Formats: sequence, structure tokens, C-alpha cells
Amino acid sequence: MVELVLFVIFALAAVFGAVTTVWARNPVYSALGLMLTLFSVAVFYVSNGAHFVAAVQVLVYAGAVMTLFLFVIMLVGVDRAEDRKENLPVQRPLALGLLALFGAAVLVAGRFTWVTGEPFPGDEGTVEALGSELFRRWVLPFELTALLLIIAAAGTIALGLFHHAGEEPPDEEEAA
Amino acid sequence: MTVTAGWYLALAALLFVIGAAGMLLRRNPLVMFMSVELMLNAANLSFVAAGRQLGVLDGQAAVFFVMVVAAAEVVVGLAIIVAVFRRRATASVDELSGLKG
Repeated sequence: MVELVLFVIFALAAVFGAVTTVWARNPVYSALGLMLTLFSVAVFYVSNGAHFVAAVQVLVYAGAVMTLFLFVIMLVGVDRAEDRKENLPVQRPLALGLLALFGAAVLVAGRFTWVTGEPFPGDEGTVEALGSELFRRWVLPFELTALLLIIAAAGTIALGLFHHAGEEPPDEEEAA
Repeated sequence: MTVTAGWYLALAALLFVIGAAGMLLRRNPLVMFMSVELMLNAANLSFVAAGRQLGVLDGQAAVFFVMVVAAAEVVVGLAIIVAVFRRRATASVDELSGLKG
């Protein structure tokens, strides 16, 4: 019963946040809507017994990633309104057609049995259980993610340095 | 009425469709990125719900890796957006058609 109430409330919040993300003209509103969706998904993780994943969701996604998004939005500028004129003539009807197709596919897939088996027995979503799973079965992918993160950090630093290595020196309007 | 895994999967599908709509219809690279995040979260939610239903932890492990890859992707993508914005001072992907030659 509690799970049903939580599901209804936070499903509405998640969908509202997602629609806001896609619909809002101002990217800051988009970011806030996405944050609402991320928190709602964290609540769903908790009600599915995935406590550690929920904590990581709040810390990494709603915390670090969204802060980064807001920083970049402020850096790029929020005042320039997005031009909603479509330059590619077939893009919009084609996109809507594809979305309708995808929705139909989801509805058709919903008629089949999606998952089978016994429901989850208890609280195995603890840090301990997930940690032993990660460091035993998935230790090689885990190390590979470390490599991936190092590559991403190095690539980001390289991208930040490209500007100064280019032909044009940074002029004063950018420094301001 | 109990909440089954199918409900979570349906919600995840809905969130994914909304994210795909944003990716296809918007022209602001930041909003497009956020739509990608939305789709990744929808996939994560279905991983967790299915993993709970099947009684295995593999779903949560998959979510962990998806999160790491998403974080790396966001960092590099936002760096590219900032680099492009510094050079071109535009926030629309339609004006970035110079790469097509």
C-alpha cells in the first residue's frame, strides 16, 4: 500500500519533471525538471530495494552531474532564446512518427510477459551485497570504468586547452 | 493493489519516450544532453525493477556501470559544448552544420 502511494506520487513527479525537461524554453527550468525526475527515480530505487544505487543516484546524478549542467548553462548563457523554427523540413513529422512507432512497440511488448521468476526475497540491495558482486564477478569491468573515467578527465582537460593552442589568442571580450 | 515490476517498466518506457522526443525535437545541445540523461535513467529504472523481480543483483551492477559511463559522457559532452560555444558563440545545433563539408 505504501509502495502504491509512493509509486503514484513519484511517477507523476517523474513524468512532470521529464516533460518540463523537454518542453521548457529556459534550459535552467529543463535542468530543474530533470533534477525532479532524478530524485523520483531515486525513490523508485529505494522502493525496489536498491539502496546503494539510490544513494549514488542522488550523489552523482542529482548532485554532481546536475551541478555541472547548471554551471555550463550559466557559462553558455540562458538569455538567448531557442529558435523553434525547424530548418530540416521532414525532421519534425518524422520524429513524431518514430515516437508513435516506439510507443506502439512498447504497448505491443506490454502484452507479453516481461519478467518471470520469484519476486525479490529481501534486503539484498545493501552496499555489502552489491560490493561483493562488483568486486568478484564484475571486477574487470569495474577496473575498465576507472580507465574510462581517467580518459574522460584527460580528454576534458585537452578540450579545455585547445582554445589556447589555437591560432587566435583569447581576446578581451572573453576575458570579461 | 500491489506495484509489480511491470508498472516500473511501463514508467521507464514512458520516460524513455519523453527523452527520445526531447532528443529528436529540441535544438539546444544542453537540452538534448539532458534528454539523453533522461533516457539513461529510464533504462536504469528498468534494470533495477527487472533485477528485483528476478531476484538477482546484476541489474544493480549494470546500473552502476551505466552511471559511470553517463558521468564520463556528460563531462566530455559538456566540455565539447563549451569549446564549441567559445569558438562559435551559438547554442543551437542547427548552426553547427560546418562539419558536413
